[in-house]
Parts: sequence; structure tokens; C-alpha cells
Amino acid sequence: MARYLLRRLAALVPTLILVSMLVFGLQQLLPGDPATILAGEDQDPNVVAYLRQKLHLDQPLPVRYLYWAGGVLRGDLGESLRVQKPVTELVLEKLPVTVQLASMAMLIAIVIGVTAGVVSAVKKDTAWDYAANVFALWGLSTPNFWLGILLILLFAVRLGWLPASGYVSPFEDLKGNLAAMIMPAFVLGNAFAAVLMRHTRSAMLQVLSADYVRTARAKGLSERVVILKHALRNALVPVITLGALGFGELLGGTVLTESVFTIPGFGKLVVDAVFNRDYQVVQGVVLVTASAYILLNLLADLAYFFVNPRMRG
Amino acid sequence: MMRLWLAFALSVAASAAAGQTLRIGLAEDPDILDPTLARTFVGRIVFAGLCDKLFDLDERLNIVPMLATSYSWSADHKALTLKLRQGVTFHDGEKFDAAAVKYNIERHKTMPGSNRRGELAPVESVDVVDPLTARLNLSAPFAPLLAQLTDRAGMMVSPKAAKAAGEKFGAQPVCSGPFRFVERIAQDRIVLERYPGYWNKAAVHFDRIVYLPIVDATVRLANLRAGQLDFIERMAASDVPSMKSDARFKIAKVVEIGYQGITINVGKSDEAKKTALGRDARVREAFELSLDRQGIVDVAMDGEAQVGNQWVAPTSSWYAKNVPMPKRDLAKAKQLLAAAGAPNPTLTLMTPTTSDAQKIAQVVQAMAKEAGFEVKIQSTEFATSLNLADKGQFEAYVLAWSGRADPDGNLFSFHACKQPLNYAGYCDAHTDELIKASRSAASTAERQKLFEQIAAEVVGKARPIVYLFHRHWLWAHTAKLSGFRVVPDGMVRVQGLKLN
Amino acid sequence: MAAVLVSEFQEETPARRALRRLIRRRGALFGLGIVAFFIFVALLAPWLAPYDPLATSWSAVRKAPSALYLFGSDEIGRDVLSRVIWGTRASLLAGVVSVSIALSLGLPVGLLAGYRGGWTDALISRATDAMLACPFLILAIALAAFLGPSLSNAMIAIGISATPIFIRLTRAQVLAAKVEDYVEAARALGNPPLRIALRHILPNVVPPLIVQATLAIAAAVIAEASLSFLGLGQQPPAPSWGSMLNTAKNYVDQAPWMAFWPGLSIFLLVLSFNMLGDGLRDALDPRHR
Repeated sequence: MARYLLRRLAALVPTLILVSMLVFGLQQLLPGDPATILAGEDQDPNVVAYLRQKLHLDQPLPVRYLYWAGGVLRGDLGESLRVQKPVTELVLEKLPVTVQLASMAMLIAIVIGVTAGVVSAVKKDTAWDYAANVFALWGLSTPNFWLGILLILLFAVRLGWLPASGYVSPFEDLKGNLAAMIMPAFVLGNAFAAVLMRHTRSAMLQVLSADYVRTARAKGLSERVVILKHALRNALVPVITLGALGFGELLGGTVLTESVFTIPGFGKLVVDAVFNRDYQVVQGVVLVTASAYILLNLLADLAYFFVNPRMRG
Repeated sequence: MMRLWLAFALSVAASAAAGQTLRIGLAEDPDILDPTLARTFVGRIVFAGLCDKLFDLDERLNIVPMLATSYSWSADHKALTLKLRQGVTFHDGEKFDAAAVKYNIERHKTMPGSNRRGELAPVESVDVVDPLTARLNLSAPFAPLLAQLTDRAGMMVSPKAAKAAGEKFGAQPVCSGPFRFVERIAQDRIVLERYPGYWNKAAVHFDRIVYLPIVDATVRLANLRAGQLDFIERMAASDVPSMKSDARFKIAKVVEIGYQGITINVGKSDEAKKTALGRDARVREAFELSLDRQGIVDVAMDGEAQVGNQWVAPTSSWYAKNVPMPKRDLAKAKQLLAAAGAPNPTLTLMTPTTSDAQKIAQVVQAMAKEAGFEVKIQSTEFATSLNLADKGQFEAYVLAWSGRADPDGNLFSFHACKQPLNYAGYCDAHTDELIKASRSAASTAERQKLFEQIAAEVVGKARPIVYLFHRHWLWAHTAKLSGFRVVPDGMVRVQGLKLN
Repeated sequence: MAAVLVSEFQEETPARRALRRLIRRRGALFGLGIVAFFIFVALLAPWLAPYDPLATSWSAVRKAPSALYLFGSDEIGRDVLSRVIWGTRASLLAGVVSVSIALSLGLPVGLLAGYRGGWTDALISRATDAMLACPFLILAIALAAFLGPSLSNAMIAIGISATPIFIRLTRAQVLAAKVEDYVEAARALGNPPLRIALRHILPNVVPPLIVQATLAIAAAVIAEASLSFLGLGQQPPAPSWGSMLNTAKNYVDQAPWMAFWPGLSIFLLVLSFNMLGDGLRDALDPRHR
């Protein structure tokens, strides 16, 4: 067990280095001179030259990578050249927002997905099964920016129940915060609900035909007890590990949702930075997201390892 | 972070007791809030609440006093003497005086990364005549100078704060406007609060302003409709009819000082020689004649624009009447193409992926086809298109310009040889002389004559840019808001705004 | 995982058995039917569309659905029905080509990693992990911005971004198959590695890949729509449902039909691929009865 853990941790380092190179390289792929774009509409040659110098653009690629990597190791993720703020500060500002959004989305996904999965498995091949299937699947089948705009038009403009966009800190106004986050969380969580539904369903089906369930039934326990106490508990194991991974995916999936609902989180930060060629921001944010995802991966594997005896030893 | 939240919470609590907050929806997130380094149009909107300038513009683009009360040119027009307003203080309490003016102008000219150098190029030095009089000495007469002083080049920041913060000034700007900086959360909001020491206190009726950047026009409007915003800028033209019929809101509009046009590569690179359009001015004339400008405006802009064929709108006093707008003339266009030996010229139109540019390109494509042009639309991401234009790797480019109060701001950087925004690569020695002369001419009448000559060359003959129209600035706000001044520069001036 | 039995005394081939099970699941049939319908529409677009999808008409701007324009007209007077029909090609292409790219890159690399093991595997796995760690959409956006906005570049970008999933899946299947008895037997008999890989391991890998590919097509169609929302992907005037939605979102109040029909089409197509994929998974996996 300790050996497994050590092996996984050892694999972490080269992966992170590769991620940093990938992220850095991706930026350099973007065509055009970032200094020109950041120089704004007046295109003053002095400003362009100044920005080129700040971005070390006249240095060769490996040197630029080393400048950046060196900074990262010291905790300095660079500076946004568009708003002149350190990337670290931007990340710390926006991370709680995206984490809150992803968490709420995960909660919604679990509620919808697991319920639908259980119903679908227990009432297999009946109308309930298909209904649950379609209900969970529709989340995967609609582009989330489209769903978001529809929801805004319905709930904010027509009905006036929820705010159209924007964000308020929960410490400032909890009710306002939840009102602002509920629609984007729903849009984001919908797609993952389908994934959870599938896995819950297949795990439940597997478990429901297992011996110990048959034993429980033979013992005369009510169907509900059988499902909830025995089957579900065991079925949830792979689902939980999937949930950890899904959280990482949700972090990435916030990109469009945040843009539509104007939630000032990671996703929006990164998209704007790509289009503004604000290199340092993109590099910093993607590196943080990727590291979080890798870490979650590791945690999920560890959790699964503990639960699944076959993998031990 | 906790400190910021706590401070914000406290200030919210405090102001909740006091007065009103004005919530303004912006179309983009502003860049650096330092007038010397600022590079975007939308940043100027925030400055309108944060930083006063030496002069301001009224609805008819006349120069009116702000931090300076009057001005006078020396006889040779190489020195501008400014009389400053008394009793003005910066947000940190420091006095505004001629020494501050000197500091600011020098900062604009010398700070690394300054975007104002080009605007103040002819200013050589600033003299402090007395605490309320400053004199700008120029290397040569420069007519657009006063107009520059109504924008960021004329914005005054506190010398004490600027010296202390250095290049980080933009994170915590200290200016002299009606509102002072509270906090900024990037891409979320910029919060300003009333400055009690403002010289024009009576015109300020709010305690706070919150600027909220919401990029998607549909969502921005939805926010206004849902009551979460009081004011939005750059409403989509297609939303005008439905908002007009809604009594809860008012619409304000005015023709912009900028323009929308098609820039043609006539000499920026070798690409220019490859197409008939780049080589031959007759083909460019045919292209212009194949377009029905009003049709483009009706379809692509829902009628919310003023057709035009010059760098200033026909409604502007600077419009050159000797080069009127031609009507669509397919017959003449075909004639010209035949004479140029290119009956079916092909053309690649580089079009940014913004929805307006795309619509314009599609309409242009369909219209020009009827004269024989084969237009291929090359959709390019905006940032990339700027780079390609800079390198001259394009044939034609759908590009807009936000405009400057003085017509020179729409002319010099575009049509003078080798200027940074001269993507067309147009360079004519005679025109260059005329443009330079128009910058240093003494009187309006003289300048107007020069502009007419330049127009005859650039618009009448060479056509490096085919100007299409001038958009309407479209603002929408709650009907409870009064006092909004409609100025063609697109700014949201907070003095006089009142929420009933 | 369906095991390939070498015995000739099997009454029914696994493929036949899978097909039989597939037909019994009504959801999958429904999905298959809709997909077939859209393929039919895409192939016969030139004959089915009443108008030229690029033909503009200044007098018919944003007209509501009528006998003349069954689905209404768009913001520069084009017929929405014709554009939806022709757009089927773009959306199906976006889905199928991207996934084909991902498969053709991912399958061989995954096979290599799984079968070879050792350093090859370690290197490939770390690289795959690195790619998977970057959010899919960011990767796609960056690639599409680099390549330039167009449908083909969007397909390449989505395909490359989806490749690591297939690498990982293939590798996992190969690892599981490697330890099966029949593979050991084949090796003991002295079969060359390439033959073992192609004849024995590959057939085991294919079923889950088919399932994943079907589901990936669904995701790719949505990814194209998402890229169009950001201004990348199929560019106007060429029709694609995603770019139609992107334009239509500005007119939802005045002309809801502009968004309704492409939105519905995306929904149906993606839903069908999802249901088909689910059905395939059930049919090919012996654990699900």
C-alpha cells in the first residue's frame, strides 16, 4: 500500500512538469504578437515595444519557459498584462467562486443523477427506466450556453424570480448569492447528472443481482430496505470515486457557463485571457486547474484502492 | 481577501443607510485604471466617473472648462496657457495646481508603457507660471491639442499618490473626479464612492457607482430588464424596437464620432499587388459603387447607423462637402471594372468574428456580387486579425474605429505615411503634407479647407478605406433616471444623473 | 467485457448476439432511427432543401414561419429550414470526423502503451495524464484559435482534445485482455506479438471503444456548438446548427424560430447518439442482462 502511494506520488511530478510544458507551449501556438493585441486600439509603437520587453518576447522559447517555471516555483504565476494584477491574486479571487459553482453543480448532479440511476435500475425496462434515462440525458444533449440563455430569459426576464447574471459574495448576501448561482449550477450539473446516472444504474444493476442481495431478499427484508441499505451502499462506491474525478471535470466545464452568466470565476477568466492573448493568466489558471484535477485523480484512485480489496497487495 | 470583503461589507452597510447606488452595465471589462497606461474605449467610461480632465466636451463637441477654466494660445500658436480652477483637490486631499499639471503631462510623456506619448508628441515642456496658471510649450503648432486634453491625456492624477505607487498606480487610482476608487474585482465590478471634496458637488446625486462588465449584449439587456442594472451601454440594435415600447425604460442614441469601414491593402505589403482591388483605384471605386450603404445599415445594423463616406459623419461640421456620398451605381461599377480589365475580380475579406462585422461582410458580399465581385469571407478571430493587418497579410479588412473628438484623430494615424494604424499602407507625399498642415493650421476655416483637399484625394480618388457608416451609440436606462447627456464620444457622464 | 471465443461450435457469433440485444432495447432503436434520419437528411440535403441556404433576401428579414418559409427566416433573410437541413452535414461531420481523428490517433497509441508496457507505457501515460488534466474546452479553444476559426479546424481541435480519452480506454482494455488465458496460450504457442495484438487483443478492445465513440460523437457535436458560441467553428455564411444558435441568441425575443429549430435539431441528434451509445453498451456488455 505504501509502495503504491509512493509510486503514484512519484508519477505526479513528471506529469505536472509535462502539464506545465503543455500549457506553456499551447500559449505559444496562438498566432500573432501578444504585445500588439495588448497594446489596445491606438497601437502606439512605444507601448508595443514596452510590452514585448515585459513579456520577454525577444528571448527564445526555452528561456521564456524557464523564466515562467522559475516564477511558478517561487509562487509567482506572473502578471496579467491587461489589468496589471498578479495572476496569483486573480486566482485567489476567483477560485472560491468557481469552487462554489462546481460544488453546487455537483450537488445538483448527484441529486438528479443518482436518483435517476437508482430508479432506472430498480424499475428496469419499464416506462420509469426510459423516463429517467431521457430526463438525465437531456442535460448532455443541450449546449449549456443555450440552456443558460433560455433559463435567463424565463426566470430572470419573464418571471423575475432570479437575477439575470452577476455574482454576489455569500459573505455579503447569502440569499443573493444562492439566487445568482442556482441557474448556472443547474446548467453545469445537468451534463454530469447524466454521467452519474449511467454509472449509478450500471453499478446498481450489478449489485442487485449479487448474492448478498438475494440473501437479503430471501431473508424477507422489504424491497426498500434491500435497495437502500444493501444495494445502494455498495453501488455508490464506484460512483463516489467517479464523483471526485467529475469535480475536476466540472472545474473545466465552467468555461461557457461562467461566460453566459457572467460569473467572475476561473472559466471566464481563462476564456477572456485566451482572446486577449493575456498569456500569463492562461498559463497560471490552466496550471492550477490541471494540478487540482491531477490531485483529485490521485485522491479518487486512493479511495478506490482502499475500497477494492482486489487491488491491494 | 478577507480584509477586502470586510471593508466592502462595512462600506455597503454604511452606504445602505445613506444614499443611492447607480449600477452601470459595461460591454467589456476595462483594462488598467491609470490614465497614462489605459488603452481601451471602455476604460474611458469608468474614468468619466473617476478622473476629471482639463477640459470636457459638450453635446456638440465644443470644448468646455473642467479642471481648467480658460485657455489662450500664444501668437505663434506654440504655447498654450491654461488658467486652472481654484479649490480643486485630489481624492487624497492634495491640492490641484499648476505643478500637478506639469507632473501629469510629464508622466504621460515619460512613463514606460505610456499610451499617451503620441497624443502629446509636440508638447516639449510645461511651465508653472503661478499656482493656477500653467503653460504648455510646443515644438510646432498642434491644432488637435485641446481635443486631446478632453480625453485621457488631460486627466490629472494626484502626484503624491502616483509617485508613491509607481507603475502599480492603476490598482488604486487617486484622481480628482466626482467619485473615488473603492475596489475592483477583475471581470466582476468596479466600485466608486462619492468624493465629498469634489468641486462640482451639486451635480452629483449618487453615493456610489458600480460598473459591471457584461459582455453578452443579450444578458446585459436582460439584467437591465430584470432591474439589476440602471443603465447599460452599447445596446444591440435589434433590441431597440422592443425596448421602445417598454415604458419602464428609455433609450438614448447619437451618431458616433467613429466609423465602420473596409480597409483595403493598397501598399502595406506585397499582397497589395496581387489583387486588382489593391492595384487599381478604379476597381476600388467600382467596389464602392456596388454597395448600397443604406441597405447595409438597414439589414446589418437594423437601421441604427448614419451612412457616411468619410472619416467624419455627414452631420459633422468637419465633413468635406466637396466629396458627397455616391449612390449605388452598378452600371458605372461594371464600366470601371471593364476599363480596368478586371470584370470579375476576386477579393478575400478578412472579417473579425464579432456579429456586427459578420453581418456587414455578408451583406457586402451579396451586394458586390451584383457588380461582378467574387468576395470570399475569411473569418478571423479579432486578435489575430489585428496581427495580420499589422503585417499586411490581408486584402481587405472589415474594421471599425471608435473615433476621437478632433477629426485629426480619425485621419492622421490612418492616412499619414507609416503610421501605426495605417493598415492600408497608403502613402502619398502630397496628402501627407496636407495632413501635417491640417494639424498645425491656426484657424478652423483653414483646417476645413485642408480637409476638403485631403478628402478629394483620399475619398475621391485613392480609397484606401471605403467608409460605410457611423453607428448610433445606443444606451438604455430605467425611466427613473434623468439627466443623461448624450455626447457623441460615447461616454457616460455622471454629473447631473439623478435617480428619482 | 465480451470475450471472443475461438471455438467454432458457437451457435451465434457475438456480433449477432449483440445486435439481437440491441434491437430489444427500445431506447437504442429510437436513437438509431433518429441518427439514420439525420444521415438521410444530410445526404439528400441538395434535394430536400427548398431554398439555397446562402441566398439572402432583404425583404424577408426575420419573418415568422409561414407557407413560404416553413421554419421562418433569419436576420438577413435566409430560409431557416434550408439552413437547418444543410447544417445537418456540418454537425454530423463535426461529430464523426472529430471522433475519427481521436480514434485513429488514440487506438494505436493506446495499443502500443498497453501491450508494450515498461518505459513506453510510462511515457505515454504521463503525457496522456497531462493532456487530460487540461480542461477539454480550453484545449479545444486554444487549438481552434491557433488554427483559425473554421469547421475543419474545429474538428481537428476537438479530435485532438478527445484523443487522450481513447488512448486511456484502449490501454485499459489491452491491459485487461493481456492477462487472459487465451492470450497467454497464444503467446505460449509462439505467435508473434503483432499477430497477438491484432487477432486476439484488438477484437476485445473494439466493443467498449464503439460505445465510447458513439458517446464521444454526441459530445463533439456539442463541442462544435460551444466553439461557435465563442466565434470559432463553422463560420457564416455556411450553415451549422451551432453558429445558427450563436447568431439566434441575439434575437430570441424578436425571432425565436431562429433558435428553436437548430436548438431542437442539436438536442435530438445528441440525444439519439447518447441513447444509441447506451444501448450499445448494454448490448455488448454481458454483465447487463
